[in-house]
Amino acid sequence: MTTERDYDKLLTVALDKAMPYDWSIGLHGSMFFQEIRENQRFVGIRCPQCKKVYVPPRRVCGPCYTEMDELVPLSDTGTLRAFSVVNYPFIDPNTGGQRPVPYTYGYIQMDGADNIFSHIINETDVSKIEVGMRLKAVFKPKEKMQGHITDIIHFDIIS
Amino acid sequence: MAQKVAIVGTGQTDHKSHRPDVTGQEMIREAVDRALEDCGITIRDIDAIVIGNMDHFESINYVDNWSIEGSGGFMKPIMKVTTGGTTGASVAIAAYYHVASGMFDRVLAIGWEKNSESDTTGAIITCSDPIWDRFSYSGAIPSLATEATAYMKQYGATQEDAARVAVRDRNNALNNPHAHLQRPITLEDVMSSPMLAHPIKLLDVCPRTDGACAVVFAADGEAQRLAKKPAWIHASAVRHTYSWFGDSTDYDAGLVSLARASQEAYKKAGITDPSRELDVAELYLPYTYAGIKWIEDLKFCGRGEGAKFVREGNTNMDGMIPVNPSGGVISTNCIGATALLRVAEASIQVMGKGGKRQLPKVNKALATGFGGCFWSDVMILGAERS
Repeated sequence: MTTERDYDKLLTVALDKAMPYDWSIGLHGSMFFQEIRENQRFVGIRCPQCKKVYVPPRRVCGPCYTEMDELVPLSDTGTLRAFSVVNYPFIDPNTGGQRPVPYTYGYIQMDGADNIFSHIINETDVSKIEVGMRLKAVFKPKEKMQGHITDIIHFDIIS
Repeated sequence: MAQKVAIVGTGQTDHKSHRPDVTGQEMIREAVDRALEDCGITIRDIDAIVIGNMDHFESINYVDNWSIEGSGGFMKPIMKVTTGGTTGASVAIAAYYHVASGMFDRVLAIGWEKNSESDTTGAIITCSDPIWDRFSYSGAIPSLATEATAYMKQYGATQEDAARVAVRDRNNALNNPHAHLQRPITLEDVMSSPMLAHPIKLLDVCPRTDGACAVVFAADGEAQRLAKKPAWIHASAVRHTYSWFGDSTDYDAGLVSLARASQEAYKKAGITDPSRELDVAELYLPYTYAGIKWIEDLKFCGRGEGAKFVREGNTNMDGMIPVNPSGGVISTNCIGATALLRVAEASIQVMGKGGKRQLPKVNKALATGFGGCFWSDVMILGAERS
């Protein structure tokens, strides 16, 4: 599609369709979503070398470059380590549409995990959010879960 | 190292938010022409080319091939290198490797971007993991903002502390005829600018720029012939962290990739007290908080002391370690060229070609690149053949 902007003869070519892609979640990631659906709780995985617990679980510890297989049950609570309230509008490349704003992007350390899990915090008033706050995951009803990151709707601040 | 290497010429476009008068290739050619002219050679003298820009940005694949009319690469060996925000420094380091290896004597490094023709935020979002991170990730600004909130909590830094970095860089840009944003700003301007993603406001963050940069690297012997005062490469280092955003966020350790890369480069260059031994630093600071936080990782000052170090004027043009005489990334950000501009500007200072932005005496200069998932490239340049 060719669109003409306001500079006379100088033209711009633009795509007007989003392109579809599929991504394999893998064995460990699939188990994570099954645990969310069955028991509404998180599961992590421990590196046999550095002992770090990762959530979501994945096959390899990148820094050690070691295969992991010890799954670690976690809860649905964690601590806010960092955040930002996103105010500006932008196109989400996964949907081709505008991402709804404002929303709060949070780095959450799940209880029992050593890394950070990124998700959305259910509060956009900056004065009510602080690093260190306690959070709890809110899940979709089981029948609506699809094995997708949005099976976790967001995290509520609990204290 | 087989061959010593120096930068002998640099060229850059006059950066703007929108260049509808040129295609990407034509814009690249402007920078290449200026770089060749700067060291008095023609494209025929170039043995090989390394070019890069941001993946996905302009929706053009095979940039190495597509850009030939701009790069001058017809029937020459070309390599495309693209490493996210670090791309510009990575093309510089790859060009350095080319010459240092002894296989090429004159190599052209090119970085470019037409941000006006790209969906910058959308493209950056595609660097995040599509299953886990992309759903909540919203591009460069909020991921940097998370680092800022954690840092502020840990060390009590304020939004005003960060704003001083924008005031310094934007006012330095007034001395750089190539800089994109050339309007003086005050602390109040930064503080009252719209909040994009807490705690980052509009004037805390880099613009989107159309522009290109080209740098000529030459081997020992050839370098002295092409430049009156070549800028010798004393060291380079590259560190990539892990690909999950959460895993690379060890807040107590700072920006680990930059700390490790700079440590290696300082060691190679024999630098033990960087803020005193370096004469200038052209740092890839995409947002203001980096200007107080990452200088700690570079060991310009101690942990938690960045805000005070900047407030006391140590990074001003007349300070202990002037940072970004060019105006930096906050004034100009043609992303694939941005880190190469840091290398070019650092070498301009060593070569004494900085015009109004020139510092009086530069023996050693530091250039950094930042990008990807908190990745870092570092290059140290010097007047002494090394």
